Amino acid sequence: MRARAKRLWGVSIAAVLLVSAVALAAVALRQHADLFYTPQLIAERGQPDVGKRVRIGGWVQIDSIEYGEGADMTFLIEDGSGETVEVAYTGVVPDLFREGEGVVATGRFGAGGDFTAENILAKHDENYEPRELKNARQATS
Amino acid sequence: MIEAGHFAAFLALALSFLQAGQGLLGQRKAAGLSALIAFGAMAFSFLTLIVAFATSDFSVQLVAANSHTLKPFVYKIAGTWGNHEGSMALWCLVGIGFGAAGARFLSTGRPVFEARALGVQGVLNAGALAYLLLASSPFTRLDPAPLQGAGLNPLLQDPALAAHPPMLYLGYVGYSFVFALAAAGLIEGRIDRVWARTARIWALAAFVPLTLGIALGSYWAYYELGWGGWWFWDPVENASLMPWLLGAALMHSVIVTEKRGSFGVWTSLLAVLAFCFSMLGAFLVRSGVLTSVHAFAIDPLRGSLLLAGLLVFGGAALLLFALRASKLAAGPDWTTASREGALMGNNLVLVVATATVLLGTLFPLIAEATGETISVGEPYFNLTFTPIMSLALISLPVVQAWSWGKADLSSIWKFAAAFAGIVAIFWLAGIGPFDIPLLAGVGLAIAVWLIGGAAFELWRRAKTRQRLPQMPARVWGMTLAHAGLGLFVLGAVLETSGRTHTTIALQEGQSTSVAGWQLTLDDVESIEGPNWYAERASLTARHGGTVASMTPHKRFYPAAQMPTTETAIHKTGLSDLYVALGDGRRNQQGETRWTFEVFLNPLIDLIYLGTIFIALGAGLCVFGRRKHTATEAA
Repeated sequence: MRARAKRLWGVSIAAVLLVSAVALAAVALRQHADLFYTPQLIAERGQPDVGKRVRIGGWVQIDSIEYGEGADMTFLIEDGSGETVEVAYTGVVPDLFREGEGVVATGRFGAGGDFTAENILAKHDENYEPRELKNARQATS
Repeated sequence: MIEAGHFAAFLALALSFLQAGQGLLGQRKAAGLSALIAFGAMAFSFLTLIVAFATSDFSVQLVAANSHTLKPFVYKIAGTWGNHEGSMALWCLVGIGFGAAGARFLSTGRPVFEARALGVQGVLNAGALAYLLLASSPFTRLDPAPLQGAGLNPLLQDPALAAHPPMLYLGYVGYSFVFALAAAGLIEGRIDRVWARTARIWALAAFVPLTLGIALGSYWAYYELGWGGWWFWDPVENASLMPWLLGAALMHSVIVTEKRGSFGVWTSLLAVLAFCFSMLGAFLVRSGVLTSVHAFAIDPLRGSLLLAGLLVFGGAALLLFALRASKLAAGPDWTTASREGALMGNNLVLVVATATVLLGTLFPLIAEATGETISVGEPYFNLTFTPIMSLALISLPVVQAWSWGKADLSSIWKFAAAFAGIVAIFWLAGIGPFDIPLLAGVGLAIAVWLIGGAAFELWRRAKTRQRLPQMPARVWGMTLAHAGLGLFVLGAVLETSGRTHTTIALQEGQSTSVAGWQLTLDDVESIEGPNWYAERASLTARHGGTVASMTPHKRFYPAAQMPTTETAIHKTGLSDLYVALGDGRRNQQGETRWTFEVFLNPLIDLIYLGTIFIALGAGLCVFGRRKHTATEAA
């Protein structure tokens, strides 16, 4: 009992650390867990909040890629439901980014309803495709 | 040939079962002999696989699916473990290798304990081998044999990635032997100083290669993926980070058990958990349950078998732990402000940090159960992992001076003042000429604090310059590792806060200026390699008097139908100018503009240098026992 009392400080510090870690993790998850949408899901649920980071997955619509100034580009993501989302992106696209191929764009909606991607993911080899895409494909087909 | 290897693997399985039986019955010599023969059998078996890959024997299904005659020889060899089946064979080889090393080197004066450790290792090896032979056999023949193979994933045809899996597995599977030692100690109900002296060596033997393996993977991701960064909080990376964090906790906690006989319960729990998290890592990587940039071999059946293995082995060990924990002896009394308390604090932080990584990694799975698809990225980890670890890093130089039992706290104010002084310097520099953001300033202060703290602690122990060379290897190891941690933090903070990233688009002959560098695209031409062809951009980079030519290219591997990015990195000594070639975009006038990602990564080499220091330091700690302590004890 004496030893335990002497360690009371340690136990309190540990408890405070644990509680703050849990609180920190909860806040971080609330703010920084990125929801995944397909164009159809956006049509159903409405556009996600402006400025909130989201991920949109589907296929690059054929003949939809347009290049602008510098490394600017826009393209449409479709998911077979007839709905599409236009993505604006500045940067280099992954090696396997192609029209008709799967893509996941991470980015934010602006106040005008435009979607700007910070990051584009495509399949990274012949056999692998992002799991969300696989699920979405199974859901639409 | 491959049939002989297949047979040898079955022989290794039978011998592992035998080793398990003999070991658990307490027969040290017999179990050791089985372990050594099993290693011979498995080594032969693995050799037949390597030979099949080296000679491009496409009648072996695995070779046909993962190799190609035009592949450079070294990648034919490395291709052996560059796929699911082959890497599981490597897992088995390493596990059996650790068993054999244990049979050869364990000498605790407790033959029954040693026998049981070998027995548990036999059980773990038998489980891995059964999984290899029944669910992912690399020995399957293909009839008729194809004339050409499908080629190794070109991303893996890289020197760092050839060495990455063996290193990582030496770490992951190395913890299986630590697990076995803990289980054997728990069976006996003795997790004491003798146990800890042995377990510490093996925990370090797993930690060193794990550290290097993670660093190799990170370095590969840096120059091969073309994304400019060195850590992406990808599930696969997290899967390797979690056992590393627990391993780091373990090698600190085991010191308390070795020196004081305390913490036996906690140390044995960590020893069990380190390997459980290695298995969890294997499950996360191999089952495809999580979206990862480098997931391969997605197969639900294999995933569920790995999960079953994790639950059976982990569950059994935790059950054993629950039964025996109350029987383990406690050491002498200690207060919070003591070396025991300090190391407990270190463990608490590392375990909480592991838990936040685990939560972030698994949260997408939890959310999926509620019907949402989400991902957790870097911002989450920056907000949780980084501040939690900072706590430990700030306390380290203070608490490592605490003595066993009860520390003298009279000098704690000096430490506090020193740290406040360093933070103030960086903060003042931040608002002054150098324009360092506040958080980066704190990060830099922590780095300097750690490096200075490591040197100070060495000096505090040696007291005079004459005694420095006589300090035990363990003390040098600790100093090196803690200073390495400081170097790592320095590199990580500078790189993360000082990195610039620009995307540019250039036609041939055009120039642009990026981060102080003048970049000119001279031309883009097609070139050909042994098993690939490529578009190669030739750029001239000018900065002051420096002129560098850079040739980033995009390769295409016809065998795998896959492109890869080969970045060009110009090292200036202080920073990396990093250029990755993107896609070529043709405009309406028929001109082609080439896109490039250009990064300026300051002092990124410090990250890897720091990591190497950590590994070297941990390695030095293996040789911790001074020779004359052996005579003292006798």
